[in-house]
Amino acid sequence: MPSPSSSDRPQRGRRSLRQRLHLGRGTVAGIPLLWLGLFFGLPFLIIARISLSEVVIGLPPYSSLVDWTAAGLLEVRINFGNFLLLVQDSLYLDAFENSLRVAAVSTLLCLLLGYPMALGITRVREGLRVPLLMLVILPFWTSFLIRVYAWIGILKGNGLINNFLLWLGVIDQPLHLLHSDFAVYLGIVYAYLPFMVLPLYATLSKMDESLLEAAADLGCRPLCAFWRVTVPLSLPGIIAGSLLVFVPAVGEFVIPDLLGGPDTLMIGKVLWTEFFNNRDWPVAASVAVALLALLVVPVLLFERFREKEQT
Amino acid sequence: MSRLPLIGLLAALVFGVNASAAEEPVLNVYNWSDYIADEVLEQFQSETGIKVVYDVYDSNEVLEAKLLAGHSGYDVVFPTARPFAQRHVKAGIYQKLDKAKLSNYANLDPVIMKGLVDLDPGNAYLVPYMWGTTSIGYNVKKVAERLGADTPVDTWALIFDPKNAERLADCGISLLDDPTEVFSIALTYLGKDPNSTAKADLDAATALLQKVRPYIRYFHSSQYINDLANGDLCVAHGYSGDILQARDRAVEANNGVDVALTIPREGAIAFVDVMAIPADAKHPDNAHKLIDFLMRPEVIAKISNFVGYANAIPTSMPLLDEAVRDNQGIFPPQEVRERLIAPAELDPAAQRARTRAWTRVKAGR
Repeated sequence: MPSPSSSDRPQRGRRSLRQRLHLGRGTVAGIPLLWLGLFFGLPFLIIARISLSEVVIGLPPYSSLVDWTAAGLLEVRINFGNFLLLVQDSLYLDAFENSLRVAAVSTLLCLLLGYPMALGITRVREGLRVPLLMLVILPFWTSFLIRVYAWIGILKGNGLINNFLLWLGVIDQPLHLLHSDFAVYLGIVYAYLPFMVLPLYATLSKMDESLLEAAADLGCRPLCAFWRVTVPLSLPGIIAGSLLVFVPAVGEFVIPDLLGGPDTLMIGKVLWTEFFNNRDWPVAASVAVALLALLVVPVLLFERFREKEQT
Repeated sequence: MSRLPLIGLLAALVFGVNASAAEEPVLNVYNWSDYIADEVLEQFQSETGIKVVYDVYDSNEVLEAKLLAGHSGYDVVFPTARPFAQRHVKAGIYQKLDKAKLSNYANLDPVIMKGLVDLDPGNAYLVPYMWGTTSIGYNVKKVAERLGADTPVDTWALIFDPKNAERLADCGISLLDDPTEVFSIALTYLGKDPNSTAKADLDAATALLQKVRPYIRYFHSSQYINDLANGDLCVAHGYSGDILQARDRAVEANNGVDVALTIPREGAIAFVDVMAIPADAKHPDNAHKLIDFLMRPEVIAKISNFVGYANAIPTSMPLLDEAVRDNQGIFPPQEVRERLIAPAELDPAAQRARTRAWTRVKAGR
C-alpha cells in the first residue's frame, strides 16, 4: 500500500480524495499482480527449480537442489547441464526454429485471411455486425479438441476431401493430406483465426471514416487510402492479433500431435516427449523455461512499441 | 450453506486413512489396451460388488510418467517387469503385497517367480500377469508378393534391411513407439549386446534406424493391431499376443487377410507384465481382491484364450483352448526360448542418450 506523502497529510479521521484514489489504484493494480504472482510467478519458479535439478528414479523424478548433509552442512546442487544440452543437441534448436517458422507463417496467413474479414464486418450495415461477429466466435462453443478431431475426419485417406475428389475423378489415389505440415498449418490457422479477427475488428471499428473521405478529397484512391490511412491506424490491432496468434502457436502441442506427421518437429511436442516418454522432467522444464524466454521477447518488443506510440 | 458438510469433509480427510475397513467398493485399474477379457471383469464386479473403473495405455513410458508424478489415482497397474517395474520397485512407488489376502498365491509358476527375484527381492511387490515376446506380425500374402516366396521371414532383416524395407514400404511397416524395444532389437540385429551403453553401438543402431526410417509408415504401440487385421499394414513390430489378436480379427472379419506371427531367429525381447499396487492407492483391499481373482486358473485361462498371451498360472494350462496351447508363438519351443532377451535397466545418462536418439529417429533427422 502506498504511504501518503508528507505534503498533503490528511486530517484525522478523514481521508483525502487523493489518498483514496491512491488506495483504490493500489488495490486495482494489486489484484492482477497477485493473480500473476500466484498463477504465473509461482509455477514458473517451480519449473525453473526443476530445470536446475537432475533426473533421478523416484517420486518426484528429479533431485532436490538443497539438502542438509549429516554433518549439518547445507548443500546446494545446481545443474546447468539441462540448458547446456538445449544448445549442444541440435534437436532442440531445430524444434525451436521449426516452431517459430510454423507460428510466423500461420500468423501471416491468419492476418491475410483475418484482415479482410474484420474490415468487411466494419463495412456492413449495423444490424449485420453482431451476427457476423457471433459467427466468428461460434466455433468456441465446441471443444477445441473435437474441432481438431473433425479435421482428421475431413483430411484422412478415406475422409471427406479425398472421397469427394475421388468421386469427381480428379484424383485416382487418395492425397496424403493428414499427418503432414500442410495439415498443421491448416489446423493452426483454423483454430487461431478468431484471435486475429477480433482485435482487428476492435481497432478498425473505432476508426473515423471521415479520415478516408479526407484522403479521397486530397486525391488518394481507395487502395492508396487503405495503405496510407487504414493500415497504419489499425497497426495496434495487427500487432495485438499477431501476438495472440503467434505466441500460443509457437508452443502448440495438440495440433501438431494430432494433425502432424512423425516428422513434424515442434517444441511443444518435444516438451511432451521429454516429460512423458523420456521421463526427463529437468530437461522438459528447461525447454519450457527457454520457450518462455523466447516468447517474452516479442511481448516486450510490443510493449516498447506501445510506449513509443504514446510518447 | 451449513458448515456441517465442510466439517465432515475435513474429518474424512483427517481420519480417512484409518477408514480402510470401510473401503468404498471402487477399483481404479490401469492396464494395457486389449489385455483382458471383458467377461472376466464383469464376473469380478458381480462377485465382489466392486465397481471397476478401467483405463488403458499402450506404452510403459506413459504409465511410468503418471506413476512418477504421484497421485495417479490408480489401484492396480500392469507395468512390464524389465526394466520398468524394476526401477519402480527401486523408486519405492509400490506398496508391499499382503500375501495373506492372496489365497491363490500358491498357483503362481515358481520358475517365473524365481526369474523376478533379482528385481523384486522376496517377490514382495509384484505378481506376474502375462508374458510374451516382442516379435513380427506380417501379412503373409503381401509380403510373399513383394519379396518372393523364398525370402525368409523369421528375421529382423524384414524391417532393418533397407532392400526389404523399401519393397515393403508401400504396403506399410510399423515400429513400436518405444525406444527400449526398438533399440534393443536394432542392437541385437547388429550382433551387439541389446543392453549396450557404448556410444559407438548406439550410433550404429541409430544409423541403422535412420536408413530404414523413410520406409516406416508410423511408430505406434497399438494401432497396428487393427491395421494388420484390415490388411492396411504389411509388417508390424509388435507384441506377440496383439499380433495374434490381429490374426483372429482378420479371421473373424473373413476378409481374406492372413496375418502370421514370427519370432525372429536373431532373438526377440521376452517380457513379463506384472501387477502392482501403487503406494498411494486409495483402494488397496480391492486391489488385492482383483489380483487374487486374476490368479484363479479358470479366470486367467479365459484371458489367455482371449488375448493370446501365456500366463503365470501352470494349472490353467489344461483349461486353455487347444489353438492357444499349441501355438508356438505363445509357448515358444525350447530352442526359441534360449534366444529370447531381457532388456536391462540403463543408467540415466545412457537412457537419456537413447531417448534423444529416438526422438531424432522418429522425427526423421
